[in-house]
Amino acid sequence: MGVAAHLPALQVVVPLVAAPLTVLFRGRRIAFAIVLLACWAAFAIAVALWLQVNQGGTISYHIGSWPPPWGIEYRVDRLSSYMLVLVTGMGAVVLPYSWPSVERELPRERQYLFYTMFALCLTGLLGIAITGDAFNIFVFLEISSLSTYVLIALGRDRRALLAAYQYLIMGTIGATFIVIGIGLLYLQTGTLNLVDMGQRLHAISGHRPVLAALAFLTVGLSLKLALFPLHQWLPNAYAYAPSAVAAFLAATATKVALYALLRFYYSVFGESAVFQRLPMEELMLVLALGGMFVAATVACFQTNLKRLFAYSSVAQIGYIVLGLSFDSLTGLTGTIVHLANHAVTKGGIFLLLGGVAVSMGGVTLTQVQGLGRTMPLTSFGIVVGGLSLIGVPGTAGFVSKWYLILAALEAGQWWLVFLIVLSSMISVVYVWRFVEAAYFRAPPAGVSGVREAPLSMLLPAGLLVAATVYFGLETSITLGAASEAAAAMLGAGR
Amino acid sequence: MTELPTLIAATLAVPLTGALLIAACHRRPNLRETVTLLTALVLFLCVGALLQPVLDGARPTLHWIEVLPGLPLAFQVEPLGMLFALIASGLWIVNSLYSIGYMRGNDESHQTRFYVCFALALAGAVGIAFAANAFTLFIFYEVLTLVTYPLVTHHGTPEARRGGRIYLGVLLGTSTVLLLPALVFTWHVAGTTDFVAGGILAGKLSPLPCAGLLALYMFGIGKAALMPVHRWLPAAMVAPTPVSALLHAVAVVKAGVFSVVKVIVYIFGVDVLTVGAGADGLLIVAGFTILAASIVALRADNLKRRLAYSTVSQLSYVVMAAAVLAPLSMIGAIVHIAAHALGKITLFFAAGAIYTAAHKTEVSELDGIGRRMPWTMGAFAVGALSMIGLPPAAGFVSKWYMLAGAMAVSQWTAVVVIIASTLLNAGYFLPIIYRAFFRAPATTSHGHAHGEAPLPMVAALTLTAAATVLLFFLPDVPMALAQQVLQR
Repeated sequence: MGVAAHLPALQVVVPLVAAPLTVLFRGRRIAFAIVLLACWAAFAIAVALWLQVNQGGTISYHIGSWPPPWGIEYRVDRLSSYMLVLVTGMGAVVLPYSWPSVERELPRERQYLFYTMFALCLTGLLGIAITGDAFNIFVFLEISSLSTYVLIALGRDRRALLAAYQYLIMGTIGATFIVIGIGLLYLQTGTLNLVDMGQRLHAISGHRPVLAALAFLTVGLSLKLALFPLHQWLPNAYAYAPSAVAAFLAATATKVALYALLRFYYSVFGESAVFQRLPMEELMLVLALGGMFVAATVACFQTNLKRLFAYSSVAQIGYIVLGLSFDSLTGLTGTIVHLANHAVTKGGIFLLLGGVAVSMGGVTLTQVQGLGRTMPLTSFGIVVGGLSLIGVPGTAGFVSKWYLILAALEAGQWWLVFLIVLSSMISVVYVWRFVEAAYFRAPPAGVSGVREAPLSMLLPAGLLVAATVYFGLETSITLGAASEAAAAMLGAGR
Repeated sequence: MTELPTLIAATLAVPLTGALLIAACHRRPNLRETVTLLTALVLFLCVGALLQPVLDGARPTLHWIEVLPGLPLAFQVEPLGMLFALIASGLWIVNSLYSIGYMRGNDESHQTRFYVCFALALAGAVGIAFAANAFTLFIFYEVLTLVTYPLVTHHGTPEARRGGRIYLGVLLGTSTVLLLPALVFTWHVAGTTDFVAGGILAGKLSPLPCAGLLALYMFGIGKAALMPVHRWLPAAMVAPTPVSALLHAVAVVKAGVFSVVKVIVYIFGVDVLTVGAGADGLLIVAGFTILAASIVALRADNLKRRLAYSTVSQLSYVVMAAAVLAPLSMIGAIVHIAAHALGKITLFFAAGAIYTAAHKTEVSELDGIGRRMPWTMGAFAVGALSMIGLPPAAGFVSKWYMLAGAMAVSQWTAVVVIIASTLLNAGYFLPIIYRAFFRAPATTSHGHAHGEAPLPMVAALTLTAAATVLLFFLPDVPMALAQQVLQR
């Protein structure tokens, strides 16, 4: 029994402790150093846990040695370790980037707060992914949400306040729905432990309060994961938050909410209850298609690139949910692998956009004119990310698309196959709006001497762009983990 | 023979390395062009070194990484791919020579980007040629679309941008919306996408879905320009002429018909297609494309546009001949890939030479130009003969086999289409030659004195014209490769 046995607790505790430490010191340099250390340590812990799970199967950690279902259990299985690696990995990349970015975007005296909130947000997201307790999920969700509101409000643009307020209202409604859902489940089963809850629900899965709980949880979590048409908060939040925040949120926040949805659907309700008692398959399918087409079309008409790619995120969330609606191994694999693929892609794009915002003063389509000449590396990176959004072979997005199409074919739904590929043609339109602005227009007048973003910003972004291509060609890590996680989830439900 | 797989890797690595070196020599044009020529030469030697082993029956294979479970990025050299790679890499040398003359003669901008993208496009073409499965082919197919986009939009004008949109929209659209589902479906049904002699779908699909899948493939391979997915080809003519010459007469469009033949022979298998209506439908669509495109060409006054529609029509010869499913016509289809490449690149070279020397783009302006540019127009005449299918040009050989094959299986539709289109071809090529040589030059104000185009251009088009004639007398290599495709 060494440190290794307590890794699940440390996974959450390390960033949690980092947060108040930054407030104690209040210096932006030391705050950065503390949180950077915490992020990298969390990443190392996540990788260690991932390896442990791969070798020895699911880890059950009892907080305070109270055995479940009485005590709180941290439960690391394949899916949660996958999410832990994803979230901490993105944190480890985004945080070094945030130093130069925050330095330019935030007033000095408030910069330490950014790091405090970043650490708290990370804590919350990791907590959701690791905990095996329903109420704990709600608590961590609130930790991550509250810190996110602050992070968004830190944005330089005054509209950031409005965006944060909008998200606050929507997020609170979502959280309320979630806590009502959990409360109903608790009333019906008398337990908060997810595994225990799942076992007890088998006998009473037809009870009306259980179905009501399912409905409440679905709505609440759909709000948090920005499923169409509950995505209204997302575009503004991504557009006006500080660049590093936008990148981190785009890569992690909605993904973790989706993880929570998967967790409730498969581990608690068991897919039979979810997909047979209520027409969830059809519902998810329709909402997913709505996102894929409506949000993607809206993206085509945006002039602010951050908003454009935010709407693209809503469309991509549609793909993720679409995989879920098939209720098959292939579909779920597509969902889980796209969680990571889209996180890497969109994270990279938003990091690069942050660099553009610094150099050009903004990211509207007029401001990126001639970017191919003034910032060649940045604009090439955005193009690569865009190709992954389209799903061009050789990029990460292609792998996800392949699995979604395969899942639709296995279900014998040809019309869906064509809808999937048609919707990816819409993404060609919005990606090419950037390409034409960046490569066929002269830089706006009065802009001279613009150079690439500083290396400290370019490097993390470049890392994610490289990962976008890497995960498109060498898929054994992402796809292997995703298909195993999917198999485990489906196995638990059957 | 352990070094053969290394050679395959080299054929991909050489153009990629070349692209990097060209980019590095950005500030020294002479060195940059030398690198281009050298890269083309080395690539051709690498491809050529594979020829003899392949003729001897070797099928060298190279496995890279497994992208998705059961779907590796793998390469295998077989006769058909060998032929395509030979044509593409061989003509790249000539085209580089021509490009140097054209780009300098017309003072084009962004020349480094131009040469870099060209090298990348060749890497894409070689990847397509040597792909061991449809999945690998698809990856390089998309790469080829994307790296040729900057070439099509080279001038950066609103017109180029519009052309680029159509180019990308049609090619990416067809490949994503039709080809990708076809590919996933193939994998779903057969559990593999490998190119196997005799096909992989035998006994796995009933005739109706089989015909549907064939339609997905044929229209999905937009580069083969079957109507109605041909619009990208005329749109791509906004590109500088060397691009039209090598890419939109050779590498890109041949990648299309090459993929068509490859899918028919190695995915479906000829036997599978003889059952059911799929091949008949394909034959009718291809026949219609041949005639309709010829009629459009007849009415086009812009020389490059006329050539583009001629290409659309000629590509469908290959598709139709493959759809006839007779051994002889299959040989015709394969040889036509080579014959049309040589003839059409000559015609585009000539069009570019006319533009560079005389700044003329319309057919109606060409009166008497043959007297000022005898070499150019002589080569043009040879290319035109090959398009019509008259001896002593290579087009005659392939057309002969196509006709013989169609007659052998009593496929009279195909016979009628070939004869009718031969007349149409004559109808839109012979007037150009007549104007050039037998009409007096126009004496309008803009008719300034000019002679031949720059020497590298004339040398290039003379070479390809000579090769067109040579292929008529010595069609051994393409014939041998075509026969090997059928044997196995």
